[in-house]
Amino acid sequence: MIYLDNSATTRPYPEVVESYAKAAQQFFGNPSSVHKPGIQAEQLLRQARKQISSLLGVKPGELIFTSGGTEGNNTAIKGIAYTYRSRGKHIITTSIEHPSVTNVCEQLKKDGFDITYLPVDEHGRVKISDIKQAIRDDTILVSIMHVNNEVGTIQPIEEIGQLLQNYPKIFFHVDQVQGVTKVPLDYYQANVDLATISAHKFHGLKGTGVLFVREGIRFDPLLSGGGQENNFRSGTENTAGIVAMAKALRLAMEASERKIKRMKEIQNYFFTELKKIPEVRVNTPLSFCAPHIINFSVPGFKTEVLITALSERGVYVSTTSACSVQRNEPSKTLLAMGLSEDLASSSVRISLSFENTLEEAQTAMQSIRECIDELNRVMKG
Amino acid sequence: MLYDHILVRYGEISTKGKNRGDFIECLRTNTAYVLRDFKKIKIQAKHDRMYIQLNGEDWRKIAQPLKKVFGIQSFSPVVKVKKDIEAIKESARALLAEMEPTGKTFKVNARRSDKSFPYTSNELNQNLGEYLLQEFPGLRVDLHDPDIELLLEVRNDFVYLTSEVIDGAHGLPVGSGGKAMLMLSGGIDSPVAGYLAMKRGLLLEAVHFASPPFTSEQAKQKVIDLGKILAEVSGQFTIHFVPFTKIQQLIQEKVPQSYTMTITRRMMLRITDEIRKKREGLAIVTGESLGQVASQTLESMFTINEVTNTPIIRPLVTMDKLDIIAIAEKIGTLPISNRPFEDCCTIFTPQRPATKPRRDKANQYEAGIDFAPLIAEAVAGVETMTLKAGQLSEDPDIAGLL
Ligand SMILES: Cc1ncc(COP(=O)(O)O)c(C=O)c1O
Repeated sequence: MIYLDNSATTRPYPEVVESYAKAAQQFFGNPSSVHKPGIQAEQLLRQARKQISSLLGVKPGELIFTSGGTEGNNTAIKGIAYTYRSRGKHIITTSIEHPSVTNVCEQLKKDGFDITYLPVDEHGRVKISDIKQAIRDDTILVSIMHVNNEVGTIQPIEEIGQLLQNYPKIFFHVDQVQGVTKVPLDYYQANVDLATISAHKFHGLKGTGVLFVREGIRFDPLLSGGGQENNFRSGTENTAGIVAMAKALRLAMEASERKIKRMKEIQNYFFTELKKIPEVRVNTPLSFCAPHIINFSVPGFKTEVLITALSERGVYVSTTSACSVQRNEPSKTLLAMGLSEDLASSSVRISLSFENTLEEAQTAMQSIRECIDELNRVMKG
Repeated sequence: MLYDHILVRYGEISTKGKNRGDFIECLRTNTAYVLRDFKKIKIQAKHDRMYIQLNGEDWRKIAQPLKKVFGIQSFSPVVKVKKDIEAIKESARALLAEMEPTGKTFKVNARRSDKSFPYTSNELNQNLGEYLLQEFPGLRVDLHDPDIELLLEVRNDFVYLTSEVIDGAHGLPVGSGGKAMLMLSGGIDSPVAGYLAMKRGLLLEAVHFASPPFTSEQAKQKVIDLGKILAEVSGQFTIHFVPFTKIQQLIQEKVPQSYTMTITRRMMLRITDEIRKKREGLAIVTGESLGQVASQTLESMFTINEVTNTPIIRPLVTMDKLDIIAIAEKIGTLPISNRPFEDCCTIFTPQRPATKPRRDKANQYEAGIDFAPLIAEAVAGVETMTLKAGQLSEDPDIAGLL
């Protein structure tokens, strides 16, 4: 099998699963307990926190462990919105965010918040001037993703951070779920206040993630209770899951250092080969794109048809976010980039991990060519 | 990355001669120890600067541990260049090119310790400044608040170029100032006192009093964990655990409640002083500060201090509690100190201790009791443990998991 759906989720590294099993067995104590098992779990948790913070280049106290990207985005956006609503109820985001941002904003709308969804250009990038124009006296939050999950466009996070430096009352949240380990981002340098990451996108386990909250920022928690995670996120800590995440992040970052070049080569290979097929339009922009995503459309073929045909050949790809293909809707991101409904309803996303090889890419390309030929024959009868 | 060395500027060494040599050697050894995981680097400690040759290691990774080494004023990643104006220009250009100079402001700041170099600092500044302006049309000069400050150190052998100066931990190299004993409880104050004493160059060994079964294994573990953090500062850290149960029981039995605390502390100080003699230390460091509670009054200090004329160093004596807590948080001892286990000072806390204990009374209460054999027994029963830096993360159970 050739797994090319790593933006949906990755296969956990075997070492990660091993660490999880060991930690779950041997460090089962509640980190808040003051007996030996508790203290040991607490120590392990502290080490894991330290490792993750140093890998991310931030302070240990700036991490909140969550259950993943969705919780991180919810915690950050709702937390800031409800805590600072007396300052203003205006939030700026983009029209191409993941549903765990968009739908939070839609929910907030019902509570009287005003949301600006910024447009993007044909490459899927927001314009700094648009942000500047959208900012109002009552703006409290700007939430913008680092790397788009459908087409792989990198947003100008550093420039946005620079702009927002002139507005000290506006918080800046970044959904970095697709970016981390693939596209470097220095939170401090980019003036990021909050950043969401999710472990299962870098070979960790589902149900674990981190929300970075810059030192000194406070907001009300989504989950109240025993006051864990500095009272930002109550609930007995998922020690084993967090340990597994620390390991996954270390391994993925090490892999990134060694293999990011190869990943870019594979991506380029796909770009080159796909462009040779007349029916295909490549949607991922060639500049400002993350190295792991290749999005293309084959107009006339519904996305689902292509994915199923490839799946029968053992090549696993997807489209947009895993959820939207089931609803058979056109891609919101592609529509926002100005593509026609037809193109937006026939897009396929290949997403790589550091494990993928050029041979796999060649086999996958062969399958793509075959599928298109075959479907062409069927459809044209 | 062009940077091929880290240039380290020494802290406050004004002394000449042998002391300076000792200081530098001590700093070199400590630095080498802290950076031992970076296998490729080479350290050269010269008279007025230390140079760490990177040989391909990432200087940012080295900067993290280096920032914690006492005795370093500041350091910079540098490019080492021949003392030739053309070579200097070329390196400066290459360095700037990496910093996306378009639209930014800069200034050149040359410092010359080699006065025989044919250009003065001012000439270098002008010469290079003009050259760089030509090379990078988008660049502008700002002498007051530039985005990029290009620093040049012209030294006897080479010229070193950098655009970054990173603040060091200051202080004096641990071990350059002799040895002292630290009275280490599990509380917040004493580890901070130890840290500050190390910052002034002292090599410390800790003394901890344990009264099992009244104090638990976890209380001891707490002290070990604190020791591990201090070991990160000094490379290694020795703790002496003193069996103190019998003496404490005897005090509870024989001494009036109001004076048990005072007598207990006098006994601890006597025992610490005995261990100090054995270990050839020259001072005792404590976490005492001046305050309101009984153990912190000046009278109390006066009465306890009577039992020795060894210098007692009290780094925290005039500090506010909140400032002490802030340091404990910064160095990472706070969460450990906050673990809830009783130590031998808290376990027998009297209801109403004398806030102004007197020397004559203390002596009177001690007179009736024969402590000498018990002190000897306690000193003989000391359990000594040496912790090495790196154990914090090298806990065998934990390391493999992460
Ligand atoms: C950009 C982005 N944000 C958030 C998420 C949600 O993360 P999780 O699945 O961990 O809740 C995803 C994953 O699909 C994503 O791609």
